[in-house]
Amino acid sequence: MTYALKTTSLSKTYGNQIQALKGVDLNVAEGDFFALLGPNGAGKSTVIGILTSLVLKTAGQVEIFGVNIDRNFQKAKSFIGVVPQEFNFNIFETPLQIICNQAGYYGIDRRTALQRSEKYLRLLGLWEKRNDIAGHLSGGMKRRLMIARALIHEPRLLILDEPTAGVDIEIRRSMWDFLKNINAAGTTIILTTHYLEEAEHLCRNIGIINHGTLVENTSMRALLRQLNLETYVLDLETELEELPVPLNSIARLVDRSTLEVDIKRGETLNDVYDALSAASIHVTSMRNKANRLEQLFVDLTRNPGEASS
Amino acid sequence: MSPIAMLIAFMTIVIKEITRFTRIWQQTLVPPAISTLLYFVIFGNLIGPRIGQMDGFDYMDFLVPGLILMSVITASYQNVVSSFFGAKWGKSIEELLVSPTPNLIILLAYICGGVARGVLVGLIVTSVSLLFTDLSIFNGWVLASVVVLTAILFSLGGFINAVFAKTFDDVSIVPTFVLLPLTYLGGVFYSINLLGDFWQQVSKANPILYMINAFRYGFLGITDVSVFFSYGMIIAFIMVFFAISLYLLSHSRGLRA
Ligand SMILES: Nc1ncnc2c1ncn2[C@@H]1O[C@H](COP(=O)(O)OP(=O)(O)OP(=O)(O)O)[C@@H](O)[C@H]1O
Ligand SMILES: [Mg+2]
Repeated sequence: MTYALKTTSLSKTYGNQIQALKGVDLNVAEGDFFALLGPNGAGKSTVIGILTSLVLKTAGQVEIFGVNIDRNFQKAKSFIGVVPQEFNFNIFETPLQIICNQAGYYGIDRRTALQRSEKYLRLLGLWEKRNDIAGHLSGGMKRRLMIARALIHEPRLLILDEPTAGVDIEIRRSMWDFLKNINAAGTTIILTTHYLEEAEHLCRNIGIINHGTLVENTSMRALLRQLNLETYVLDLETELEELPVPLNSIARLVDRSTLEVDIKRGETLNDVYDALSAASIHVTSMRNKANRLEQLFVDLTRNPGEASS
Repeated sequence: MSPIAMLIAFMTIVIKEITRFTRIWQQTLVPPAISTLLYFVIFGNLIGPRIGQMDGFDYMDFLVPGLILMSVITASYQNVVSSFFGAKWGKSIEELLVSPTPNLIILLAYICGGVARGVLVGLIVTSVSLLFTDLSIFNGWVLASVVVLTAILFSLGGFINAVFAKTFDDVSIVPTFVLLPLTYLGGVFYSINLLGDFWQQVSKANPILYMINAFRYGFLGITDVSVFFSYGMIIAFIMVFFAISLYLLSHSRGLRA
């Protein structure tokens, strides 16, 4: 099978001796919607930089749709559209100029460039702003402008480095729909994000990178299956001085009116409720203690030596 | 990229470059006109008659070619250094670097932008000089080729400067401390025949001297140095600067971390 992206032992040591990547093997299948996750400074943007030639790799191999970047980077680059983490357009130009020029750099003639500009600026809700100074757009609009710019040559692989940072909830949702549609139409997408619900909502496969090493490369489903313990927080109707003894094994009293219970995979909440009812304890509301995916993420990217809580 | 695609990419950059400097014409086209106007008034009109002849020509006529070429040098250098450094500073250069446009095309297009501004400014300054003197042309081919070659060379110089520059100060250091002195001492205002042997030899180490003399030869038919040698030297410098620029485009840490 052809991979949209295949890296082998990819390493990068920056000029300041920071080892940003330490031998990353990453495979992203054609057509995938892939999340590249990791804490700040993990090396996500470095990977993306290498794919787009803004960062020169120290060692390792990169193939994009089977094209090795050491053999034919020009061709490999023509497959990729990238939305960088930081704004990188000329703030004195207009969205239309920015996008049409970008088309030109990919060898697209002016007529086609203008047609596509209209298509993508409309799709991203920026057509009315096409002749404004880009520097005057709001943060969310600037991000959408960069998405439109990345799509102008209709790339096979779209890479987005934190595309929804600083974007309001409504637009984030519409961006999700937009990206899902593009993916459904055949474009492979790699996205980095710090919002795990976003990754959960959008992506089929994920890679978690930490300190320059890939610590997890699996499907979203398999990752979610790893979650074998969930903690629920229960709010009580009446305050309790202490927990009745029979409940000690299944619940903890956090404060007088709050209980925490751990539910292992395969167990049900009914047993807990039965025990609570038997002790005449009434629950008014219940919620998940933490986003379970976030907890797993924290566990996976914990520094070695740090105690688990 | 197909040849057509490369041509489209090339034209996109060139048009963008020309649009940039014509949009800010108050900063790019007017100042050289004003400063050469002042040179002509002060050195040509007021002081020139007292100087009398230089190498057998009115001082004004001697002065004009050097001033034109000086403005070409400054304009082409300035265009590339400010445009490319500006793009680097604002990160928009990444738009180009991530695209499949080959480095060669990027470099050629930026040179073209610099040459366009250099030639345009040269024409403006020439028009200004026509207010003061009737220019006679000894050899038009020499004029055209020296202007274009000089503009290419200094566009490359501006490019290299921009790649190394980290701050806006770095962009003005070379023009102020290298280009300006070399130009002034390169025989814009005097013939090196006025100098003693020693200083003549020192002057001949200055590459700009050769360009100015070759250019003046195109107007007046006189020169302090061999015109053929001048061509050889300009072309040799261009080849070296070109190779350095291409190398920097693909390897410089100033562009790719
Ligand atoms: N141009 C650079 N020069 C030197 N070091 C760098 C450079 N860019 C990144 N680094 C370092 O490399 C490491 C990885 O950085 P990178 O930007 O890839 O992280 P990231 O996963 O994208 O983080 P974030 O989530 O904060 O965007 C960090 O330690 C960072 O300081
Ligand atoms: Mg990053």
